[in-house]
Amino acid sequence: MVLLKYLFRNIFRHKLRSTLTVLSVSVAVLSFCLLNTIITAWYAGVSASSSYRLIVRNAISLVFSLPLSYKEKIRQVKGVTYVAQGNWFGGIYIEEKNFFANFAVEPETFLRLYPEFIVKEEEKKAFLSDRKGCLVGRKLIERFGWKVGDIVVLRGTIFPGNWEFVIRGIYYGKDKNVDESQFLFHWDYLNETLKKFAPSRADQVGYYIVGIKNPEDSAVISKEIDSLFKNSYAETLTETEKAFQLSFITMTEAIVIAIKLVSFVVIGIILVVVANTMNMSVRERRGEYSILKMFGFSYTLITSIILGESLLIVLTGAVLGVIFTFPAVKVVGDILSVYFPVFILESKVIFESLMYSFVVGILSGIIPAIRSIRVDLSEGLRWNM
Amino acid sequence: MKLILLYSLRNLVNRKLTTILTASGMALVILVFSAVLMLSEGLRKTLVKTGTPGNVVVIRKSSGSEVQSGIEKDQARIIEVSPEISLNEEGKRMVSKELVVLIGLPKKGTDKLSNVVIRGIMESSLPLRSQVKLKEGRMIRWGSNEIIVGNKIADNFDGVRIGNTLNFGQRQWLVVGIFEGGTTGFSSEIWADVEQLKQAFRRPNYSSMIFKLSNAKDFDIVKDRLEKDPRLTVEVKREIEYYEDQSAMMAKFIKVLGVSMTVVFSIGAILGAMITMYSAVAQRKNEIGTLRALGFQKTTILTAFLVESLFLSLIGCVFGLFLSSFLQLYTISTMNWQTFSELAFSFTLTPKIILQSLLFSVIMGSLGGLIPALRASRQKIVDALRTD
Amino acid sequence: MAESKNIIEIKSLYKSYKRGNQVIPVLQDISFNIKEGEFLALMGPSGSGKSTLLNLIAGIDKPDSGSIVVQGLDITSLDERTLSNWRAENVGFIFQFYNLIPVLTAFENVELPLLLMNLSKKERSEHVEMALSIVGLYDRKEHYPSQLSGGQQQRVAIARAIVTDPTIIVADEPTGDLDKKSAEDVLNLMTQLNEKFGKTIVMVTHDLRAAKHAKTMKYLDKGFLINGSTEIFI
Ligand SMILES: Nc1ncnc2c1ncn2[C@@H]1O[C@H](COP(=O)(O)OP(=O)(O)O)[C@@H](O)[C@H]1O
Ligand SMILES: [Mg+2]
Repeated sequence: MVLLKYLFRNIFRHKLRSTLTVLSVSVAVLSFCLLNTIITAWYAGVSASSSYRLIVRNAISLVFSLPLSYKEKIRQVKGVTYVAQGNWFGGIYIEEKNFFANFAVEPETFLRLYPEFIVKEEEKKAFLSDRKGCLVGRKLIERFGWKVGDIVVLRGTIFPGNWEFVIRGIYYGKDKNVDESQFLFHWDYLNETLKKFAPSRADQVGYYIVGIKNPEDSAVISKEIDSLFKNSYAETLTETEKAFQLSFITMTEAIVIAIKLVSFVVIGIILVVVANTMNMSVRERRGEYSILKMFGFSYTLITSIILGESLLIVLTGAVLGVIFTFPAVKVVGDILSVYFPVFILESKVIFESLMYSFVVGILSGIIPAIRSIRVDLSEGLRWNM
Repeated sequence: MKLILLYSLRNLVNRKLTTILTASGMALVILVFSAVLMLSEGLRKTLVKTGTPGNVVVIRKSSGSEVQSGIEKDQARIIEVSPEISLNEEGKRMVSKELVVLIGLPKKGTDKLSNVVIRGIMESSLPLRSQVKLKEGRMIRWGSNEIIVGNKIADNFDGVRIGNTLNFGQRQWLVVGIFEGGTTGFSSEIWADVEQLKQAFRRPNYSSMIFKLSNAKDFDIVKDRLEKDPRLTVEVKREIEYYEDQSAMMAKFIKVLGVSMTVVFSIGAILGAMITMYSAVAQRKNEIGTLRALGFQKTTILTAFLVESLFLSLIGCVFGLFLSSFLQLYTISTMNWQTFSELAFSFTLTPKIILQSLLFSVIMGSLGGLIPALRASRQKIVDALRTD
Repeated sequence: MAESKNIIEIKSLYKSYKRGNQVIPVLQDISFNIKEGEFLALMGPSGSGKSTLLNLIAGIDKPDSGSIVVQGLDITSLDERTLSNWRAENVGFIFQFYNLIPVLTAFENVELPLLLMNLSKKERSEHVEMALSIVGLYDRKEHYPSQLSGGQQQRVAIARAIVTDPTIIVADEPTGDLDKKSAEDVLNLMTQLNEKFGKTIVMVTHDLRAAKHAKTMKYLDKGFLINGSTEIFI
């Protein structure tokens, strides 16, 4: 008990120093959590993907399309439930910086394939029955202050012209990892317009979303679909939705790695700051530790007192940092919403930050502890003079 | 003054571990700070160099990038004859019609596909890009299925060697040369005959047109005329601006992330410096009292502690820059969100960045040292001399 | 009074310190015995090796050669751990600068060495209160060192030295930092410990007045023990 008191009171001996250290740890833990939340956000598409869905695209690359005629053939593959075609529309709302994802999809099947997109029944009906209607995610609605019934004009980048849509419904995510900032409209609207103005580009599909009965069959079905179109002009590449999402991330992996590295630099910074504080504290108190040693207190005990102190400082800072993280994630999420539609703090990240803090606490206490133990007793006692 | 400097310096040497730890903290912050600047600089350099002053890019209106753009033959013919286009020695217009497609190629050491730009070129394309030099092999023969590849493609992708073939658009393409594009985006491209490429991918249209102005001042004239021409729906951009726009999102991302990280980190480092300086002041309470009793001014004491803190941050800065200079060996190769194509750029250290880092560390050092130094200088002599 | 036997036997003790690559002899061929119930004052000029000798006797430091036999046990041959346990049980320490832990109360400071013994909280509490009563500071037990005068702090340190009921008490210039009055209090207390409680005390001092409280004196000069010459200096 007395020793615990000693440990606690030591922290309050230099209130200013301890406060500053706790603060800098919390700042560092905050940035560690933010950086790792960015990484989580990077993978949001992957974690939101369903194993019941496959994506079929042109084998050359995403910018090449597939004929509409493939749809029927794919549907006939055994184990396939539904097939919906989609196109990345790439439209811009007023200015480039208002970027959000917009797709032309075959709406009825799409909503069947994406049960995690929750739409009110009457809005769904309205959307399905209006050829120029669109379905917009909740976040996007909030971002631009839209409401149902509003007319939205997108400027096409891939498909030239100004395209007019009427908001017919709002969709909500079933879980919080569902991207609530997409903009979906009727594929037929796109295709019929193209038929009129650019017939050579009509009946071309960007990708097919394929629903399957059994996730275990995904490999077999993928192979089968690809073999259907082997050696044709437009060969396909079929993969699970997860693999498809991952392929995007792999291409930007360098950035993910860079962010991860920076988040370790943060840990390094906490380490040196706390190690410094502990070094100074222990240095000032090495005479006291010698007295304890002289009384016969074991090295383990003295080390524990020092480690306990550094752990307490680090963990206090870490807990504070985690508390600051919650509002910070909200703010940063808003700023970066163009890049990351889904930006949530995962408990895994919090846990990780606490775990690293623990390690830092041990590491930064251990060196001064060893240093103070190593000195000869007679030498150490002289420091009390 | 010299004595003060010596006093500050000796104190740092005396408390080696603390000095090292505090300076390391500063060094890590400077490392992040300079790394971000170096990355932005590297990206900027790559983009600026990819574009050539005086060159103009024409793409379909609102398409944003060559990959999404399309220019029909008839339109191309109209653009081709613009009188502002410069002539070469043989009296031919320096203009090229190009096709850009993306294909997935597996990167070395993985089976994951990366999107690579295949650019269909014509004879007039090369003189428009003086940054590009053939390094090995020879130029493609026009009308054949031959390709030349950028050096970064040759380095980063499997089996891209002279004499090997690549398979795309249902054809075999023979690699006949490797070209060097320096830090430009072209180093990450594959070039083929535009007409062959159009056939292979069944593309009736070109993606973009590039031409050189005989007089750079004519840009506004040509832009105005082409964009207003009712037969065309095109956008005319300076090549340099075009490439800058291509990575605006990436540049902004690096900036937003970099600035916020630097701000947060520097708070940490300033706190770290404060911790060290406060305890330096506390430890030397008696010394300060003695110096004051001997007649040293408050300002002298203030200077001594500020100098000590500045020394600390400068040591950190030098060490941090030393670390970040090694980053120059690395190239970040990633997908550009706007074009979906591979974009490679390196960390680039410039004298300006060194200066910025120095300035930044001086600010950190001053902020971290100021309050403790003020406390030291404000101590009453009697208090400072009392032992407790 | 029966002829008391030797409690400490010191034989040909040598000790030197290395400073850089220079070896400085501090103690040279020291041999003497200390009887049970003795109150010995070790005197000599500053730097003569008094503290070093005291530390060796207390088992805080190890000699280069020679032996120190305490109650039949040669403590120079003990390993670190055993020595540490031996110290906890047999030796009480008093220092010039009290060496109290500033963040603990008088009570807690005194309780510290008891934490290593197998005692219940109640037993510890009794011991501490007893020790504090002996030094006359029972009513100050909740005070922190900074709230006590130098003399009071030294008395707390004495309470801490006797709380484990050690056979030997070593004191290194216990009055060196005290005013006359406080020094007198502390010395009287030590005399009391020696006479009433039968503690063997070894006290380093260079203050003659302090030495007069002791029963015998030994004189150190430049690391040598000057035998039987104590009277000269009185
Ligand atoms: N740990 C040590 N390291 C080096 N030299 C020491 C050490 N302890 C004592 N000395 C030296 O040994 C000599 C005797 O010291 P000490 O026993 O403290 O003398 P005293 O207590 O009589 O003043 C002095 O010269 C001192 O500098
Ligand atoms: Mg001494």
